[in-house]
Amino acid sequence: MLSFVVENLPRFLQGAWLTVQLATYSCLLGLCIAVPVALARLSASRVLRGISTGYVFFFRGTPLLAQIFLIYYGSGQFRHALDAVGLWGFFRDPWFCALLTLTLNTGAYSSEILRGAIQAVPKGEIEAARSLGLKWRMRLRFIILPRAIRIGWPAYTNEVVYQIQATSLVSIITIMDITGVARAIGARHFTFYEAFGLAAILYLILVYGFIFMARRVERRLNLHLQPSHAPRTALAQGLTR
Amino acid sequence: MPDLQGYGSLLIDGLMMTLGVAIASMIGALILGLAAAAGKLFAPRAGRVLIEGYTTVVRGVPELVLLLLIYYGLPTLVQDTLGGMGHDVTLAINPFVAGIGTLTLIYAAFACEVYRAAYLAVPPGQREAALALGLSSMVTFRKVELPQMMRYALPGLGNVWMVLVKATALISIIQLPELMRNADIAARSTQQPFTFFFMACLLYLSITLVSMWGQGRLETWASRGTTEGAL
Repeated sequence: MLSFVVENLPRFLQGAWLTVQLATYSCLLGLCIAVPVALARLSASRVLRGISTGYVFFFRGTPLLAQIFLIYYGSGQFRHALDAVGLWGFFRDPWFCALLTLTLNTGAYSSEILRGAIQAVPKGEIEAARSLGLKWRMRLRFIILPRAIRIGWPAYTNEVVYQIQATSLVSIITIMDITGVARAIGARHFTFYEAFGLAAILYLILVYGFIFMARRVERRLNLHLQPSHAPRTALAQGLTR
Repeated sequence: MPDLQGYGSLLIDGLMMTLGVAIASMIGALILGLAAAAGKLFAPRAGRVLIEGYTTVVRGVPELVLLLLIYYGLPTLVQDTLGGMGHDVTLAINPFVAGIGTLTLIYAAFACEVYRAAYLAVPPGQREAALALGLSSMVTFRKVELPQMMRYALPGLGNVWMVLVKATALISIIQLPELMRNADIAARSTQQPFTFFFMACLLYLSITLVSMWGQGRLETWASRGTTEGAL
């Protein structure tokens, strides 16, 4: 077991770097989608509400694996059309399809978290901002979003944890992330339990390392709200999907 | 309606397999989760630590990795261990069993947290009052605590079910002929991947829709006898 780890750790670490990159990029891009989608879900316009609700419903109601297949293999059915507009080069690339799917997926989940958080902002604070004469844009930027971020942060932490784990599916479309490396090494040397066991340990380190950092950020965000000795919660508490 | 070229029935077979695997795993997760939650609440310290370790690990590892670990890793581990002791065996797990086993193991950990939170949400005065009236501990749990607990647990358990249904798609990786796998077969032989994967998505969405409706009905039923605003 030890010789297995020593021998293959460099390749696993390369895979881990890919996993971290995919999770980071998709979460950041997903946030860029989540803000407008959450606002559209809450807007008065029926068209905007309809489109955003449809998007969120589709991506939350279907398995991520189906979405990856739909985009990566499904785009092949429109090859000529995509070729004509010069996009086929992107859709042929598994990395691009993986990032696109992961982004659209986390964008839908994050927008729901943000929507809930925005709705939970106390009415009085918004009324106070209105009475001070702040325009919609300024209210959003200075009052509503900063408050919503603090309210939604624990739930969003959860979403990122889910996203780190969800990146493992990209190994199915040939990307060599942690799971991809484990599958390749396991199959070649018939060392399945060593390979997947090491992969599991790496994911545990990534996930609980992230949760540890996120808790510190959370304490910082809420410094002005909490007494200095807030009760500490167990690391895995509240981790749901 | 797109032309399914006679592969419609294959998709329906897949849907049935998906539902079968999902329901079997959910039943397993509900039972194992309740046992784990009871352990987490009442077991002696060593047992609590063990269960805490189980839920912590399972919730931190991707489903796909656990599935592959159980399907490929477990047989080789057993073979190697027995081989080391001089027994020569070959072992393989059936994908159906591996799939249900993995999903049960994972979602029992999530159900465990739901049950635990629900139990703690029932005010302790309820139990004290029932005991003061002379009900036995077992009857108190069954008639007083469990019904109230279920009301708190239902939204969370509904969520576990929805996530579990989507997670069954992963079992296609180990060639169980469920919805995703059959859509893949149809997509390859007809050269129409988008059509078939989109149909699969619509079928998953229909499961989600029916589940949402069913969950609403169940929650109304579980909340009967409570006044508006109480929960």
